[in-house]
Amino acid sequence: MTVLVIAEHNNSELHAATLAAITAATQISDAVNLLIAGNDCSSVAKAAARVQGVSRVLLADAPAYEHQLAENVAPLVVRLAEGHTHLLMPATANGKNLMPRVAALLDVAQLSDIIAIKSTDCFLRPIYAGNVIATVQSKDSLKVVTVRATAFEPANAEGGNAAIDQVETSEDLGLCQWVRDDVTESTRPDLTQAEVVVSGGRGLGSAENFQLLEALADKLGAAIGASRAAVDAGFVSNDLQVGQTGKVVAPKLYIAVGISGAIQHLAGMKESKVIVAVNKDEDAPIFQIADYGIVGDLFDILPALSAELDRSVNRP
Amino acid sequence: MKVLVAVKRVVDYNVKVRPNGDGSDVEIANAKMSMNPFDEIAVEEAVRMKEAGTATEAVAISLGEAACQDVVRTALAMGMDRGVLVETDERLEPLTVAKLLAAIVKREQFDLVILGKQAIDDDSNQTGQMLAALLGWPQGTFASHVAVDDDRVQVTRETDTGSQTLSFQLPGVVTSDLRLNEPRYVKLPNIMKAKKKPLEKITPMELDVDISTHLAIIAVAEPTQRSGGIKVADAKELVEKLRNEARVI
Repeated sequence: MTVLVIAEHNNSELHAATLAAITAATQISDAVNLLIAGNDCSSVAKAAARVQGVSRVLLADAPAYEHQLAENVAPLVVRLAEGHTHLLMPATANGKNLMPRVAALLDVAQLSDIIAIKSTDCFLRPIYAGNVIATVQSKDSLKVVTVRATAFEPANAEGGNAAIDQVETSEDLGLCQWVRDDVTESTRPDLTQAEVVVSGGRGLGSAENFQLLEALADKLGAAIGASRAAVDAGFVSNDLQVGQTGKVVAPKLYIAVGISGAIQHLAGMKESKVIVAVNKDEDAPIFQIADYGIVGDLFDILPALSAELDRSVNRP
Repeated sequence: MKVLVAVKRVVDYNVKVRPNGDGSDVEIANAKMSMNPFDEIAVEEAVRMKEAGTATEAVAISLGEAACQDVVRTALAMGMDRGVLVETDERLEPLTVAKLLAAIVKREQFDLVILGKQAIDDDSNQTGQMLAALLGWPQGTFASHVAVDDDRVQVTRETDTGSQTLSFQLPGVVTSDLRLNEPRYVKLPNIMKAKKKPLEKITPMELDVDISTHLAIIAVAEPTQRSGGIKVADAKELVEKLRNEARVI
């Protein structure tokens, strides 16, 4: 059995979600190949070769793969699938875009967003916004799987020494043309990797008021997240959305401010180690899962929290 | 341009779903059912294309048991022209749905298929991508903006770091994300009118598609529950607890 992991990266760095997928792969087999498909991405391949658990790095370095267009990358993965029993990719936006296309081309089912591996053909995955965990068995000889990164410890990024093999690449198929990427500029840590996340909901009331979270996030070195309600209301961009249809996070500390705690939001954060809720409604469902709750007006509590953190920084 | 929109009948998003008594499946016998929210967004987008004159015909399709025609009727009430129900009592997996949709697309020569990015019951997020693969079409997934200009479509997609804009020539597949539009409320007169719109019923066998399953659901269970903690009086107490008790700051 050999597993092929498709790496999430940005042509210069390996994304940490890839390390979680490698851990999942090593639970299936000792033979784990890692595909780096991109353009001018040899630095990613070098980093990938050092990851513990990786047997072989496959490098597909060509302009056609620069923007991770599924139309170009899927045929490459299909070509490399032979000789592998499992194809894994983290359930990032790229993974969700690419892997079903791969699975359909191979005429096999996909298992999305798995959180545990029971056996080589049996996996656990959340359904109904995480209200239920399904144990699903694949009858296909080749398993196509996306992996929830927060459910697996990241593989050690150092200590491995895999060989790097260049694989044959293809021209751009011309089905789809990349126009541009608009990347949200932020000096904050990646939402899915941050140790502390401060999230805001409808209770913030406006885009301007989201700035109040910034001060608190600055003090904690935190990433900023949001509920779907806050995204729907146009307070923040969608890449901050935490929940069933957004990102799944599991930081050491998650602070939910003005978030009522709809099940769809909980689906994206309930694996956090410590959860804090700030809400004026003492019956808000978020308090049922929060380790520490404060009932009150967030516009009073946020500045008080920032001030208190200043004090604690200066403690002897 | 002919547009097809796939709509799924799912347990309403307000219903908290639980496993059944023997843990073999979920208990949804008497649950309120609705159109998958992302599919409402897909329908709205198609209806707007119709209203803007870019779409000549907009067709809604659902796949599953007879009751799925309810969500097709809802789509018709929102403004779709006609409906199709691929009727079967078998459990349909995303790959099978993609194959059935591909058969319909080939039969009727659609130019654009819009689907919700994800159904809120099985949370798979697969069908649109699979359909694009089977047809050899381009895919604009997780769309927050779609602009049709003659036979080209420009799609802005939600990504993990912001957004990405793609352009492709039709035919193609688009899957809708939250910010694509805000679906309209269905008005009563339109519900009445929708009852008179044509709704064709067809079976997987008539489409010559194998609907056997690739996946077996072995068991379903509740996740480990997180118990609630304590309420603290103020910011001072919270910071003290986070520092000395939880030790996370």
